[in-house]
This record gives sequence, C-alpha cells and structure tokens, in this order.
Amino acid sequence: MQVYLPIAEVSVNAFLLLGLGGIVGILSGMFGVGGGFLMTPLLFFIGIPPAVAVATEAVQIVASSFSGVLAHLRRKSVDLRMGTVLLIGGLVGAALGVLLFNYLKSLGQVDLLVKLCYVVFLGVIGGLMFVESWRAIRRSKVVGGPPLRKKHGWVHALPFKLKFRVSGLYISVIPPLIVGLLVGILAAIMGVGGGFIMVPAMIYLLGMPTKVVIGTSLFQIIFVTAFTTMLHATTNFTVDIVLAVLLLVGGVIGAQVGARIGVKMKAEQLRILLAIMVLVVCGKLALDLLLVPSELYSLGAARGH
Amino acid sequence: MLRLLSLLVLLALPVQGEEIVLGLSRDEVAITANFDGSDVMIFGAVKREAPAPGGGPLEVIITLAGPSESVLVRRKERRLGIWVNTDSVEVDVAPSFYAVATSAPFRDVLTEVEDLRYGVSIPRVIRSVGAPADVANSETFTEALIRIRAASGLYQVLDSQVNIEEETLFRGQIALPAALTEGEYVARIFITRGGVVMDEYQTSIAVYKAGLERWLFEMSRNQPFWYGLMSLAIAISAGWLASAAFRIFAR
Repeated sequence: MQVYLPIAEVSVNAFLLLGLGGIVGILSGMFGVGGGFLMTPLLFFIGIPPAVAVATEAVQIVASSFSGVLAHLRRKSVDLRMGTVLLIGGLVGAALGVLLFNYLKSLGQVDLLVKLCYVVFLGVIGGLMFVESWRAIRRSKVVGGPPLRKKHGWVHALPFKLKFRVSGLYISVIPPLIVGLLVGILAAIMGVGGGFIMVPAMIYLLGMPTKVVIGTSLFQIIFVTAFTTMLHATTNFTVDIVLAVLLLVGGVIGAQVGARIGVKMKAEQLRILLAIMVLVVCGKLALDLLLVPSELYSLGAARGH
Repeated sequence: MLRLLSLLVLLALPVQGEEIVLGLSRDEVAITANFDGSDVMIFGAVKREAPAPGGGPLEVIITLAGPSESVLVRRKERRLGIWVNTDSVEVDVAPSFYAVATSAPFRDVLTEVEDLRYGVSIPRVIRSVGAPADVANSETFTEALIRIRAASGLYQVLDSQVNIEEETLFRGQIALPAALTEGEYVARIFITRGGVVMDEYQTSIAVYKAGLERWLFEMSRNQPFWYGLMSLAIAISAGWLASAAFRIFAR
C-alpha cells in the first residue's frame, strides 16, 4: 500500500515504513537506545529527503523516549536534577544545532554534514563498543576478573558543585552542561536523541551509576527532541507527521518485543551485536562518501524560494 | 458547462485548414493519502471542412507540463578524498513534470525550427540563462537535470505512443508518477504535417493535494507552531499508549 507523504512529497510503501519502525523498535528495545541513529540513515536509503528525515525522526524519538521514561519513573531510576542540568545545556545546543543546520542548508552542504557526523560518531562509538564488549566476553571466560575501580579525574576538580542525590554524586554542573550542549547540537543536526553518546558520557565522564543513566538520558532527550521538533517545524517546515505516525506505530510495538528478547540475552552479546550493526551502518555511509557516486549531480530548491 | 459552451462556439466558427477538438479522461487529479500515480488519457479529433491537405501524413504531439520552478543543480567533486557538493547552477525555468508523446519518432513529427518556435521537446522547455561565469560546462547541469528527472519518471519521452485512426481520431496516455507536485498541469496538443505545426490546442489539468494531505500541508505552512505541537501531542500520546498497553500485557 503506497502512502503519499504530504511534506516529503514522495510516495512510499506504508508496510515498508511500519516494518522499518518495527525493526528499529526491536533493536532499540533490546539495546536501550533511541534508535534514531539507525532510523535516520535508513530513511535516507529509502529516498526520504535528508532534511525531512532528520526533522521527522525527532518526533519518533519523543514518542519512544516518553514511553521508556514512564517505565523508569515507576522504578524511580530518573535523576530529575541531573536531567534538568543536562536539559539546560541540551536546549542551548539544540538551538545552536538548528542554526548551524539552516546555515549549511543554504550552502548546500547539509547532506554532507549530516552524513559526516554519522560516519564519525557511528564509527567511534561502534568501534569503542566492539572493543569493550569483545574484552568483556573474553574476561567473562576467565573466572573472577578484577573489578573496575571508580576514578576521580579532572571532572571532580571543577567549581559550581551541586549535589545529585539520586545519582549519589557531588560534582560541578559544568561537565553535565557541556555534555548536554554537545548532545543537543547533535540531536538537531543528526535527528537523533543522542542516547548512544549521552549514555557512555554519563557513565564514563560523569561517573553516574548505570541504573539511573538510561532513565535520566531518556528524560532529557524528550525535551531536547521536542524542542528540536518545534524548531524544525517552525523554521524549515520539514516535519512530516504522516511519516512520523507510520514509524511510531511500528516503533512502539517493536520496542516492547525487543525488550522481551533483550532480557533473554547476555549483556556482552547484546553490546557486541549492537556494535557490529552500528559499524555496518557507518561503513555503508562512509562508502557513499568515498566511492565515486553513480550520479554526480543533485537537485535542490533554488535560493530565495 | 462553460467549457462545453466554448467548445460549441468553436465548432460553430468557420474552419480553415485543420483544427483540434479535444477530450480528457480527467481534468483534475487529487493527491490523497493513498495516491499511487495516475493515468491521464488525452483524446480528440481533427476537424476539417475541406478534404485533408497534402504535405505529409498527419501527426500528433501531446505534451503535459507541471508547474515550472527554478531548480538549483549541484555537482559533486572529490575534495580531501570525499565527495562534496561544489559548483552549482540555477536553472531558471524547469517544469516539475514534463511528458511529450508523439505519433511517430520525434524528429519526423516536428522540425528543429518548429520545436524552437513552440518549445516542445524537453531541452526546449527548460531555460537556463544565469549560469555563473566561474562554472565550466554549465550545459552539463541542464543535461543532469533532465537525466535525474527522467530516471524518476518525471520527464518522459513517449515516441510513437499516440495512436491516430483514419487521420482524424487520436489518443494518447500519460502516466503521472506518485511523487507529484501540485499545481496547474498544462496539456498542449499539436497537429503537424511534414514537421510543420498546423494547429495547437491548450488545456489544463488541476493537480492538488486533497483531504488529509491538503489539511496537513496547509497547517504545516500556515500554523507551523500548532502543527509542531500537534506532532508532539501525537508522539506523547502514542508513547503513553504503548507504555500503558505493555503494562496490561505484563500483568
């Protein structure tokens, strides 16, 4: 069944979108990531204009993270104070990101920027995760590996300290503000919630306990992506609600299925699978940038229209 | 009604040479949510008072053009190992859709001079004047535009696809693709003999988004703030529903 998307102005198969939403939903449920970093490139592949894909994906992330954060609130695993600090940084970052996005759009370089961001971040995160989980699998074979000790780095020497009770931390507000800011910029440019960057940053940089990380990250992602959605909707008119709804339906169902598959698998196996998947998407995008394109020319709307 | 009236008036007028009388299978195309392309049948007859004149067999050309707009064509070049958009040329006038159907191979139907005069073939309907001086081979940009749009079915050359019966009745079919821009689509019909245009007829087909598509598109442009809020409301309620449904299943 073909569906005409009113904003993207392309006609796509509804079942394809439902399926994509479902598959990405399963993965996001399994791995605890928003799935935006997979969905947006997939939307590029099926021919949705990148500007529409990025803006619309933000809507889907709002839905899936809202669904997720409700579950975490019930388990009281959301650090609202930390979430708010991250959020302040995130909102400023999102505004900067949309400005940058619009500026590059006028230069005709937005596709390049979005794709470069993807290649770099997917490559780095995928690579790190692959190495880390590979080591974890090998360590689990050796009985009783040494436990990791909590480190006190430069992060703890900064001023403006604040007490984060749920996380059990007493640290400066500067690092969370910066983390929030960077993730906000990425959210606006890449159409992702930034969970796949935020989560490692919160664990390794801020030293937050893993059990509150996902909920807190989801909490602030809702607001940052909602803000991004509004900015894209009012400045670029690129939010396609029909596309968003089709992705949403598949996504929320898939996420529930994925969460059930996820509990049956070992954490290291999950992480290495996710790492491989991230690297495959990264490789495909990198090849597109490096190989001679089959069509050297591309069409765009003329300036001042 | 008005159209019928004008047709009758036309028919009543004394005719010199040959004249086109036209019918369309549809004079509007509504893009609804499940729009999957559409076929437009263009048919008509050649009306003549005197016996058919000489000068070669009767041929028919049908063109259908979407609304014109200017398009920015960008070219990629390799910079620092990766492919980046560099040069760009603004093509001033290019129809968003263009199909030209003929009753015989194009060059047999219309001479170069007549093509130039009436603007029938695809390169003749595209106008590019303002190519910047620093861009070499700016005509390759126009060629690329035609190539890209032809690949997605937006520019069609339908040689020998118009049927003519008894030098009088003719019929052609043009397939509109699913990815269509809205606006006034102009259909032009030419009858030629020996490559020279004998008569020209012009009519239009309205292509517009309808129903929900129309409403959403207008809202996204006219009330972007509320459109954004509505999108978020849908997202939040879907997220809440999924979570609530999952809790019921989990029990």
